[in-house]
This record gives sequence, C-alpha cells and structure tokens, in this order.
Amino acid sequence: MIEVKNLTKHYGAKKAVDNISFTVNDGEILGFLGPNGAGKSTTMNILTGYISSTDGEVLINGIDILDNPTAAKKEIGYLPEIPPLYPDMSVREYLNFVYDLKKCKIPREAHIEDVCKLVKITDVYDRLIKHLSKGYRQRVGMAQALIGNPKILILDEPTVGLDPKQILDIRNLIKRLGKKHTVILSSHILSEIQAVCDRIVIISKGTIVADDTTENLTKTVSDDLRYTARIDGPRDEIIKLIKGIKGVEDVTAEMEREPGAFDYEIEVEENSDIRRELFKRLAERNWYMLGLKSNEMTLEDIFLKITMGSDVKVGTKPVDEKTQRELMEQVSGAVLAADAVSNMKKSDDGAEPESESDGGDE
Amino acid sequence: MGAIYKREMRAFFTSPIAYIYLAIFYVISAFYFVGNNIMGATTDMSYAFLGIFMIIMLFIPLLTMRLMSDEKKQKTDQGLLTAPVNLAEIVLGKFFAAATVFVIGMAIYIPYILVLLSLAGGLNWAAVIGNFVGLLLVGTSFISIGLFVSSLTEIQIVAAIVSLLINFLLYMIDIFASRVSFAPLKQVMVAVGFYNRYTEFTQGILNITSVVFFISVIFIFNFLTVRVLERRRWS
Repeated sequence: MIEVKNLTKHYGAKKAVDNISFTVNDGEILGFLGPNGAGKSTTMNILTGYISSTDGEVLINGIDILDNPTAAKKEIGYLPEIPPLYPDMSVREYLNFVYDLKKCKIPREAHIEDVCKLVKITDVYDRLIKHLSKGYRQRVGMAQALIGNPKILILDEPTVGLDPKQILDIRNLIKRLGKKHTVILSSHILSEIQAVCDRIVIISKGTIVADDTTENLTKTVSDDLRYTARIDGPRDEIIKLIKGIKGVEDVTAEMEREPGAFDYEIEVEENSDIRRELFKRLAERNWYMLGLKSNEMTLEDIFLKITMGSDVKVGTKPVDEKTQRELMEQVSGAVLAADAVSNMKKSDDGAEPESESDGGDE
Repeated sequence: MGAIYKREMRAFFTSPIAYIYLAIFYVISAFYFVGNNIMGATTDMSYAFLGIFMIIMLFIPLLTMRLMSDEKKQKTDQGLLTAPVNLAEIVLGKFFAAATVFVIGMAIYIPYILVLLSLAGGLNWAAVIGNFVGLLLVGTSFISIGLFVSSLTEIQIVAAIVSLLINFLLYMIDIFASRVSFAPLKQVMVAVGFYNRYTEFTQGILNITSVVFFISVIFIFNFLTVRVLERRRWS
C-alpha cells in the first residue's frame, strides 16, 4: 500500500508537483496519466526515494520513505523512465549485480531464471546490454525491478520502445503481477492505462485533475456530445433544418464524402438526443440519411480537455472526490445517457437500416 | 557495498582504464627502481618512492574520474539510489575498488624488494614499511579527492582535470609556503601540503600526525561525497 499525502516538490521557483494526495491499495494497479512534464516522473522519483519532496509525506507499506529509506526501498521495485542499465555488462552480470545490490535472500540462480522467463529475456542472457535493442533493454529494466520480489512495483512508462507484440506481453505481465503486487504505472498512452489499470489518476501541471476507477472514467467519457451524419441533399437547407432541431448547438459540413452527400458534424446540448427528430424531418423532405454516428468522447478527448485546460479550470489545489466527479461531468458534457448507443439500436425500428457513417459505401 | 565494489572492479578490468594505469605505474616505478637502486647500487628506496609521487598524483584521477560522473550521465545512479543501500555503502564500494587497483599497482614493489634482498642481503625495514604506509595513505587520499570531484560532474574528463589540479595544488603548496612570510598562513599551508609529509615517510619516519592527517583527508572527502549524493536528492 502506498499513501501519498500533500506531496509538493519545488525546483527553485517552479512547482513540479503541487500538493498531491492519493492512495494505492494492495493488489491495485494504478495508472498515472499525464502529458510530458506533468510531474509523473517527479512523483515516481519521490515515491522511490530517488529525490526528496519539498513537503508532504510518502508511506510505503506504512514506512516513511524519508525516515527509513532503506526499509522502504526494500519494498519497491522501480523501473525508471530510462532503465538504469550498465551497457558494459551482460544481462547475467547485471542481474546478479542487482541481486547483490538488493541483498536478496531468495535462491539466486532459480530466482534470476524465473525473472528472466517472466519478462522473456532468457535468449539474451549472456549478451552485453549495449548490444541489445531498445525493447530488450526495457525488459531487462523490468527484470531489474522484479529482482527480489518487491511487493510494490513502480513502472515509469514500461512499454516505451516495445513493438506491439511485446507491449501486449508486458501488459499481460503487469496485469498478472497486479494480482499479487501493488503497481503504479505511468504512461501518456491512454489505451494502455485503460487496458491494464484498475484506477486512473490524471495529473497535469503538477496537480491531480482526476482520480477515479477506470470503469467510471470510461463510463463518463462514453456519453455523447457530437454526432456525424452523412446526408444526401442540399447542403445549406439541411444545415438550416438541423439547426431548427431543439438542442442543436452547432452544425458544420465541411466534407463532401460522396457526390451530393456531406458529413454534418452536429454538436448538441447536454441530454439532447436528436437522432429520432433528425430522421423524421429528413424523411419528410425526402432527403436521405446515409449514415449516423455518435462520436463518443474518447479518453484522449477527456485527457486533452482536462490537461489543456480548455472549458475546464485546472485547479491549483487538489480536488476532492466530489469536485473530481463534477469536473469529469463537465468535461464529458454528459449529453446523453451512457446507454445511448444501445438505445439507438433499439429505436431505429428498421425504417432505415442502421448504418454507421462508413456504411455509405453499401 | 560488496555489490558495488564487485561491479566497479569488473568495470576497471573490462575497460582499458586499470590496465593503462597499471602499465604506467609499473613502467615508471621500474624506471625509478632500476635507475636509483640497481644502477646506483643502493638499498635506499626513498628516491624510488619519492619519484612515484608524481605518477600517482597525475594518474589516480584516471582511476577516479569515471566512478561517480558516469553513473549520473548514464542515469544508473537512479538504480543505485533507489536500491535498499545507504549512500555510504555506495561511496565506500567505489572507494575501495579504486583503492584495490592502486594496491595492485603498489604490489610491484614486492618483487623489487625481493630483488634488492637477493642482491644486498639486508634492508632497512623501517624505511621500507614507512614507504609503503606513506604511499598507501597518499594514494588513497588522492582517490577520495578524485571520487569527490567525480561526484560533482557528469563529464569524466572534467572530473579528471579538476582532481588533477587539486592534487597538483596539494603538491605545490609546500613550495608556495616557503615563499609566504605571514606566519599563520604559512602554518596552514604547510599543514595541508602532501609532499613534505610524504617525503618524511619515504625517509622511514612514521609521523603519527601525518598518518592521522591522511586518514582524516580520506574520511572527510568520502564524507563530502556522501553529502553530495544526499544533497542531490534535495535539490
């Protein structure tokens, strides 16, 4: 278990981390998400005792990292952003060195072999680290963190430089490790965090802007804000027609995707489902809807919105859980219920076969 | 400490550094030995030991320049500083590794002494022991200074040059002191100078003040290195 309380770190006048607090429970995989320079690595470096905080407290399984660094560090396996590898050593020598450094008590040969198998580096065991590819180095870094079976794993961008197959392997490995370990994982790749983590903390400019379970976050962001409709008919009149529907805020039609048919980007107010009304009105005028797609807000969108500070004020103080919720809702707009997509399927009544926007090539 | 010591020893002998240092040390010491003792037909080794002072002053920075600076540059310090070891273990592991290479260099005097013994049949053992103790103390002092300087920079060559300059100053300060007329300053300069103290050792005088002085230098600089690592966390 990791408890972080009111952590602050100044670099001169610059606040790299500003009063953040969160807790990671045993057996939980926490995703630490934020753009470059948000303070992810700084926070991780503080958690692992590499640098000290200006203010605040870090407890590793109840041990204060500043009061008793050696005992706290024993609990942690750390993979920094740049794996701490000595290029002039072979993987074998390096892992044995780490084993000695961590003063492990587990039987040496068997343990190192297990770790190598786990991260799949057995085939490069006797090669010099300087001759390894980026992907292998990253995995040796991972192996280094796993030596000594620490209860807590802190992984700073563990999949950087890996190919898609290796990324999947590492993700599965982290998931498996998450059952027995407490894991903090940082990334700026959202799909990765979504795939692996139980909980997500979004950090921006040194403050936490969101802290919720992956499930909740995903649910919030799947509410709809925008639609894309492909309609065959006179462009200006259709725009006028759509604007006449209650709840529509803005319509743009930039792209003529098929002869005579444009893609209309429709932005709607919160809780407005315009799909049925739109269909009815178009049918009255004999204009054909070739496709209708609700543009789900991806984590990317929410991430950008939160971290770019557009529409949302990024607090300078840590947000408590309630305001975090509100923040998330504000961002997602909560236009439609989360089950909007399934409603759509039910309600289209077969009058026109439900088609996605890419269905136009039928 | 053991892990770091082992790794550093390995690094010394898988890179050319230790070999270059040892080759220089062996060649020059042989030159002094043959020149003074064999050609001069004397068992007095003080000149042979005196000559080697310049060599360790110039070349010990070669051994120490990499020790800390490279960790910082390669970001491997992150592995060391987040491992469950305290900072003193890291510093001492590195210090003893460099000291071991230095002692391997010094060991060349054992065959020289055996040669002298077989030629002359007897030796002034007090002088020999004095020479060994002196050389060991001065060498390890230079190592602790070099290690400290290495912890201040990421660039090896800067570490080497700066520690060379410090070593050179500690050598020259005795000569400067003789030109200074202001007594308190002169005393301080004489007190911190390395060369006169070392000269005493080579003559077989085991001056306890000097022994304490060099041990203090080693302790202080290793302590300062620990403080540099400590301070880096807080910056």
